[in-house]
Formats: sequence, C-alpha cells, structure tokens
Amino acid sequence: MPVDQSLVGRTFPPTRPYEVTEDRLRDFAAAVGASYDGAAPPTFPIVLAFEAMNAFLEAESVDLFRIVHGEQKFAYERPIVAGDVLTATLTVASLRQIAGNDIIGTTSEVTDASGARVCSTSATLVHRGADA
Amino acid sequence: MTLDARTFSVTRADLVRYAAASGDHNPIHQDDDVARSVGLPGVIAHGMYTMALAARAVTEWFPGAEVVSLGCKFTNPVVVPADGGVDVEVAGEAKEPDEDGLTTVVLTVTCEGQKVLGMPKAVLRVP
Repeated sequence: MPVDQSLVGRTFPPTRPYEVTEDRLRDFAAAVGASYDGAAPPTFPIVLAFEAMNAFLEAESVDLFRIVHGEQKFAYERPIVAGDVLTATLTVASLRQIAGNDIIGTTSEVTDASGARVCSTSATLVHRGADA
Repeated sequence: MTLDARTFSVTRADLVRYAAASGDHNPIHQDDDVARSVGLPGVIAHGMYTMALAARAVTEWFPGAEVVSLGCKFTNPVVVPADGGVDVEVAGEAKEPDEDGLTTVVLTVTCEGQKVLGMPKAVLRVP
C-alpha cells in the first residue's frame, strides 16, 4: 500500500530526550570497530534519527522490514559528547513512487537540551512494496 | 592526495553487535528469509554500518579532525554470508583545503569489486 501523499511537509513530535553517556559512545564506537576518543563517531547521530524514523513508520503503519536505506547525509554543528541530552525531530520532505516502491525523503534535526542544533540529518528511505 | 585504502571484514556477528549499539533491529540484517521476502539476495549489512566503516577510515586517516559533513547513497547491498564474512574496502582521495580551510575527502567503498556506496564524501576541518 503506498504511503499517503499528504505526509509531505509534516513534522512529527520530537523523540524523547536521549542521554548520551560514555558507555553508549563506547558501545557504538566498538560496534563499528573505532577507537573512542571522547567524541561520538560521525555516524552516531543515526541513533537519534533512527528512533525518529521508527516513530514515523509506526505512526504510518509501515513495516520496518520493507524499508531499505537509500541515502544518508549528516551536517554537524559540533561533536556529540557524553552528557548531551538530545532529541530528533523528523519532517517528511518528499515522497514519490517508483516501480511500486515509495521513495520517502526525510530530514531529522538533532538538538540538545538548550534547543541548539547539534546535527542536521537527511535520509532517503525506500519502502519496498509487497509486489515490488 | 591518495590515502591508504582500508579493508574491513564484516560478519553476521558484527551486524548483531551493530544492531544492539544503534537500535536498528531491522530483520533484513539478521534473517535470510525476511531479506529474501523483500527481494534481497540474503542478509545485508546495515547501510549505516558500511557508512560507519567509511567514517572510521576517514577518522583514522585524519585523527583529531572535525567532521563537518558526511554523506552517501546506498547503491548496492553488502551481502553478508552466514559463514565467514565479506570484506569492505574503503579508498579515499583528499582534495586541497578550500578557502574556508575545509578538506573534502572523496571516498570509494567497494565490496567484492563492486561499489556499494554512491558518492561517499566527507568534509573535514583538519587542525
């Protein structure tokens, strides 16, 4: 079933505050084989963006297993460090259908407890249709 | 400047660990049957895992540099067999710093000779 076109431009509620701890940064760094030097690995903000994406998919009754990542970009304002309390706010930027798949463009702004932007992310999600 | 290419091996155990650390428990990264049900050849690595390996190469090439932006497309899946694993190679070319002092690193990320990321690129402020 195609995703609803009226979603374009809609912003979803921010994710619940996520406390960045040294343990979480170490776990993430270890999982990608990187050494931990005090700053988060560059792709760490995906943890926030992914939670925002999951909330969006659940709200729209889209199955995660039908989603494949098409594109991902990060623009950083500053490194993420332990002690940050972050939330992500997702907006649906674009939506088109190609060959039975929905191509969903999203942006997620990651902000800290003061509301300052830490990282802007954008993701293209490919929703593979049942008969694709 | 051509940077020394890095080779990273990827196993299913790596994907399990990455799923736990990132919160991405999409079963296409764990279960062959689910992956095949959506037209994939089998379990594939998280695109974000491959991107993280590319970022790891960049931070190893430029320790202490601040990453200003990072981006790529996911053009071909990294299929990870149940036994052993598969190698992902990250090659890079650093441009001369621009007028703002930013260094662009153009990456080439391949698996079994095929590019798996489209236009992977990092922009750095190198101290």
